[in-house]
Amino acid sequence: MNSLISATDVNVSKSGKTILKDVSIQINKNDFITIIGPNGAGKSMLLKCIMGFYQPNSGIIKRKPNLKLGYMPQNLDIIKTIPIKVQKFITLKKKFDKISLQKVILETQIENILDKQLTILSGGEMQRVLLARSLLNNPDVLILDEPAQNLDVSGQMHFYKLLQKIYSKRELSILMVSHDLHLVMVSTKQVICLSNHICCCGQPQQIANDPEFLSMFGKDMAEVMAVYQHANKENYEKNNNSLGENHH
Amino acid sequence: MPTKKIMKKITIHLEKIITDPFIIRGIIAGIAVALVSGLVGCFVVWRRLSYYGESIAHSSLLGAGIGILLGIGINFGVVFVCLIFGILFLWLQQSKSLSSDTLLGVIAHFALAIGIIVISFNKIKIDLHAFLFGDILTVSSADILGMYIGVIIAITLILSNWSSLVLVTLDEDLAKSEGINPLYVNVLLTTIMTIVVALSLQIIGLLLITAMLIIPAATARRLVNSPEAMVIVSTVIGIFSVIFGIYLSVEMDLPSGPSIVVVGSILFFLSHMFGIFLKKE
Repeated sequence: MNSLISATDVNVSKSGKTILKDVSIQINKNDFITIIGPNGAGKSMLLKCIMGFYQPNSGIIKRKPNLKLGYMPQNLDIIKTIPIKVQKFITLKKKFDKISLQKVILETQIENILDKQLTILSGGEMQRVLLARSLLNNPDVLILDEPAQNLDVSGQMHFYKLLQKIYSKRELSILMVSHDLHLVMVSTKQVICLSNHICCCGQPQQIANDPEFLSMFGKDMAEVMAVYQHANKENYEKNNNSLGENHH
Repeated sequence: MPTKKIMKKITIHLEKIITDPFIIRGIIAGIAVALVSGLVGCFVVWRRLSYYGESIAHSSLLGAGIGILLGIGINFGVVFVCLIFGILFLWLQQSKSLSSDTLLGVIAHFALAIGIIVISFNKIKIDLHAFLFGDILTVSSADILGMYIGVIIAITLILSNWSSLVLVTLDEDLAKSEGINPLYVNVLLTTIMTIVVALSLQIIGLLLITAMLIIPAATARRLVNSPEAMVIVSTVIGIFSVIFGIYLSVEMDLPSGPSIVVVGSILFFLSHMFGIFLKKE
């Protein structure tokens, strides 16, 4: 088996409602897959099935033996009521060594907030801390569920830039749910459009012209995407870290 | 010298207290309560489970009644019935059609009502007042032994699952990604809360058990910056409240539970003010 994770014909229904219908997806080495779709499309459920948190009604999910997963949730359930420092949170219940910890801290730029309380972090800091935790075990596959949902536009760009940098430096595959398609365009190799079933999938450029995509997101979104792709592609070749600057 | 006189008076006074076996037993039992409630109370505060704790406490009266009816003893009856209701609440919380506080409200008060009916049977001679407000005079040496067995079980269970419990508290999905089963952790926590309720019934009384869970932990919250420190500080605050509260209750002939809770609450307000003061600096 070549792929790291493969899900075949996954079906999930809850109290009579179909959430996932015949969804198949493969994650190979060095993939960068972005899942988009409207609310209630089953995006989070698909991630849960892939990670093994949820048992689908039917379908086969295969993970390569000893595959290491990293998971970054959108936010934490509880942060206000419990006093805990960033460093403690990152390492809680994790298997890791000192070198990986140091590496992750530098990668995600959290060296200055290690002693801060989790409760007082800004949105951007919190996302970097969650990212750091998910990277600590040197995962083969990193799974992110709308990682930049709670950030403002510049925060989102900063986060995706960071993610792109980590992706290019590490040997890992990324599976991400995100609505910020125009921002992740450069990095994404494959887009999957999910609305309970897979409507369309392929490279970002193909997707933008797909009638299914157009009917779901409208022409405006497709045009926005096309513009970003173009601008980003040109800049990207000149300067590897230019994602933040071509926003006009 | 007036100071000498006062000192002598205090010494005689303290001597009287520490030689009274009832008071000593009450304090030793109270410390048992504080040891577990400080620890478990932190999770109640972190996970916003106070109403859940209250509901378990409400079902304890039924447990006491059943324990006497079946002749298995009050403590076993309480642990048994509270555990059943605790698991029932957990299961009901999964349902999304009614909010969990409504469901808890219905079942908890149902349990309380049945409990009052059961203990009002003629066969059962129970001092309801002692059950509601706590009475240290009812504590026997055998009770204390049972309590400390409960304390050891509860503390061992929590400490051996410590980081799993904290991680589930922070985020259930994150815990799942580390291979922790949140259901297992929730059942564990319910079991331990049941033990706490059974332990506290004699000293604190049914009505105020939740206070003993929340107040020391809430008092500690402002003063600490790690989960472990919060547990230690809240336990110390609980022990102090118990000793001083029982002292007051003996001295002024008050029910023990309310006295302990009043002392704890005063500490809470003090720590709150201290916390505001700290922040300004």
